[in-house]
Parts: sequence; structure tokens; C-alpha cells
Amino acid sequence: MRPGEPLILWDWTFNHLPDIARRVQEHLVLTGIAVGVGFVLAFALSLAIRQVPQLYAPVTWLAGVLYSIPSLALFAVLIPFTGLSIATAEIGLVSYTLLILVRNIVGGIRSVPPEVRESAIGMGYSQWQLLWRIELPLGLAVIIAGVRVALVTTIGLVTVTGIIGQGGLGSLILLGIQQFFATPLVIGAVLSIALAVVLDGALVVLQRRVTPWTRPAA
Amino acid sequence: MDTAGGVSFILQVASWLAAPEHWVGSDGIPTRLAEHLLISGVTAAAAILIALPLGIFFGHTGRGGFLAINVANLGRAMPSLALLALMLPVALSLKLGLGFWPTFFALVPLGIPPVLTNSYVAVRQVDPDVVEAARGMGLRERQVLRSVELPIAAPLIIAGVRNSSVAIVATATLGAVVAGGGLGRYIVDGLARQEYPRLFVGALLVALLSIAVEVAFGAFERIAVSTGLRAPSETPDVHIQERPR
Repeated sequence: MRPGEPLILWDWTFNHLPDIARRVQEHLVLTGIAVGVGFVLAFALSLAIRQVPQLYAPVTWLAGVLYSIPSLALFAVLIPFTGLSIATAEIGLVSYTLLILVRNIVGGIRSVPPEVRESAIGMGYSQWQLLWRIELPLGLAVIIAGVRVALVTTIGLVTVTGIIGQGGLGSLILLGIQQFFATPLVIGAVLSIALAVVLDGALVVLQRRVTPWTRPAA
Repeated sequence: MDTAGGVSFILQVASWLAAPEHWVGSDGIPTRLAEHLLISGVTAAAAILIALPLGIFFGHTGRGGFLAINVANLGRAMPSLALLALMLPVALSLKLGLGFWPTFFALVPLGIPPVLTNSYVAVRQVDPDVVEAARGMGLRERQVLRSVELPIAAPLIIAGVRNSSVAIVATATLGAVVAGGGLGRYIVDGLARQEYPRLFVGALLVALLSIAVEVAFGAFERIAVSTGLRAPSETPDVHIQERPR
């Protein structure tokens, strides 16, 4: 950073608004695909675990191993095989969402009190009806809590995918680092934090709407 | 990449590893590993020195709980690359240069939350009856803390230190983006030069190092935690709530 240069040059910012908007959009797309695909996979795994509870330990163990690999290292390991592509970014991002989502979906399903489950079975609910009408609605708060963590986590990790050339706000940060220019760096960093905070807040609102019974009594 | 391509890539990685020039000098594996351990060790020590006394104090007095819990949520929302980027102008304006110091400034705040939150929760959740009994037996506050609360809190506190250290070792990789040393160099340079064996070896070493730190703390935990506290239910998997780096 040049001495005396302000952290944000507003001229540059206004001239590059379309650029910045495109980076935000890329960031959202990368995040959306990762959390979306991750949720579908995690949901399927959780249904399998619901049928065969013995699967829980090996599935979470494997997801835990993936989870503990540093993001840049995971992307780097994949690059020789899948190149500098969106696939490399998404394989890494999706695998990071799995642990959180599987734990929370299974946790949500298991949070249903046994007497509620037994009443439903006693009333003649099939396994499928039990899942869709009892377990998932009652477990929704826990499931959404998992999606929140996955979403915030993924937004942070998407900045790292900028390093492997997949756009997003990480590209702005890298541009700033490479050109010793504070403005894009600060804008990229602040916007990625803001995106996480805003989307997390949106999910809190959504969760209160769809599970009003979890609201503390006034 | 087909099978033949896969095999030939593995051979390239092996010959990269076998090349003597990759094991000596300022860009050799021992030097890069030492740099990685140095920045991680210094940062983890600083984070623990700040967070551990605070967390234990908050837990013992029951004050500052809101702060201790929320700092963890804040830490989770803070993308590591963004934090690193923001610390670059800070380090430069303090005339500390590239590399080590911006990485240090970025990693310390990432290392604090797991230690602070875990040590607060660990001390706080000690059964109040046990603490009362200790006071009733005439132990002073210091003794209550040292002989009762801390031993019972040890597993969770160690879990927090482990999470923090693993996170720091993993994120130190990103230091290479701001011209730092460490194993991340191989990844960043491998990318820039499209030298994939270098990139791959760097990634492998970083992953192995993170796992090694995790395993080492697991072993330490088994030595440091009183046998009486070692029921399976006593090992909460709080660490898993941490995020990838």
C-alpha cells in the first residue's frame, strides 16, 4: 500500500461498480451451488443413516477427515486432476458442507421426542409420513441451524477459490494484494463478511417464520 | 485424467520428492516446514496467552459469558483470506513488511475464539456442588480453581487449544499469498508456475501436518486428563463445530 493512500478510493469504487457486482454475483453462485449440492447429498446420506443407524459413525468420520484438510490444500490436491475449474472449487466446497449438514439433519430427526414418534406410529403413520410430517418439521430448527453454519462457512471459503481462478470476492482481494492497492482488497474482504452476516440473518428470519414454536415466549 | 495420466503424475510427484535440490536451501522442504511451524507456533502461543487466562477468568467468575460465546460466532463468520487481506495494510503501515507479520496479525484473531469459548464453557460447566464442597472444605479461591475447576475443565480446554492450533496450522498456508514462507509457498508457487507436482506435494504436506497436529493433541489429551474424567460422554465433540480453513 502506498504511504498516505486512503483505505478506500471512492473514485475507483464507483468506476468499478459493475466489476464489483459481478464478483458478488460469482460469489453467490459458487456459494449457492456448494450449499445446494451439499444439502441434497447430506439429505440423502441422512435418510440412509435414518434407515441404517450404524452408517452414522463411518459417514461422519469420513466427512470429518475431509473437513480437517485446509481449504487451499484440498483445492490444490484436486487441481492436477480436475484443473483450474469450477469443479475443483465445488468438490472442495461441497465436501466441507457435508459434516455440518449431516450432523444437523440427523440431529434434527433424532431431536423428535420418542413419545411423539410413537404416537404418530400408533396413529397409523407410515415411515415415510413419519419422516415428512413429524420428524422433518419438528427437526427443522436444528436443520436450518446447520444450513446457517454451512452457508457462513462456505461464503468464507469461496474467497479462497479466488486463488484458483474461480472469481468471486477473493479475486478482488487478490487483485489488491498483487497490485499493493488497498481499495479492492478492503472492498472484497468487507463485502464477503457482509454477505455472510446478511445471509445468516436472512436464515434466522426464515427459521423464526417456519418454526414459530421455537421462539422464546414473550 | 485417465489411468495412464494418473500413474505418470504420481511418478512426477515421486521424482519431485526424490530430487535432492528440493530438500536443501531456502526453498527446501525442511526450511519451509520449519517456517510453517515457526509462524504457527508463535501465533498459537500468542492466541493462547491472550485467550486462556481471559476464558478461565470469565468462567470462574461467571462474568463476560456473552462476550466469550459471541466471539466464537464472530470468529466463524470471519473469512481467513479476508482477515489476512485486511491485516496487510495494517502491517505495512506499521512498517512491518510482508510475510510474517500480516500473517501473524491475521492468525491471532482466528486462534483466539476456540480457546476463549472452550475455556469459558469448560470452567463454567463444572458442577457447582463440587465447587461448593471444595469451598466448604476450606480451599481458597486460587486452590478451588487450580485443584478442582481446572482439572475437571481440562478436556474441553485442551480441545479448544487443539482446535485453535489446527486452525492456525491450516490457515498459515494462506500466508504465502502475502509473500510469507511456509508450506503454502509450494502451493502458491506451484500454481503460478503451473508446476503441479510442487503444488501437490505442498498440499499433501499441509494436510499431513494438520492431521499430525490433531493427532498429537489427541495423545496429549490422553496424558493430561485425569482418568476419572475419561468416560466416553466426557469428550464433547465441540471441535467439530469449528470451520474448515
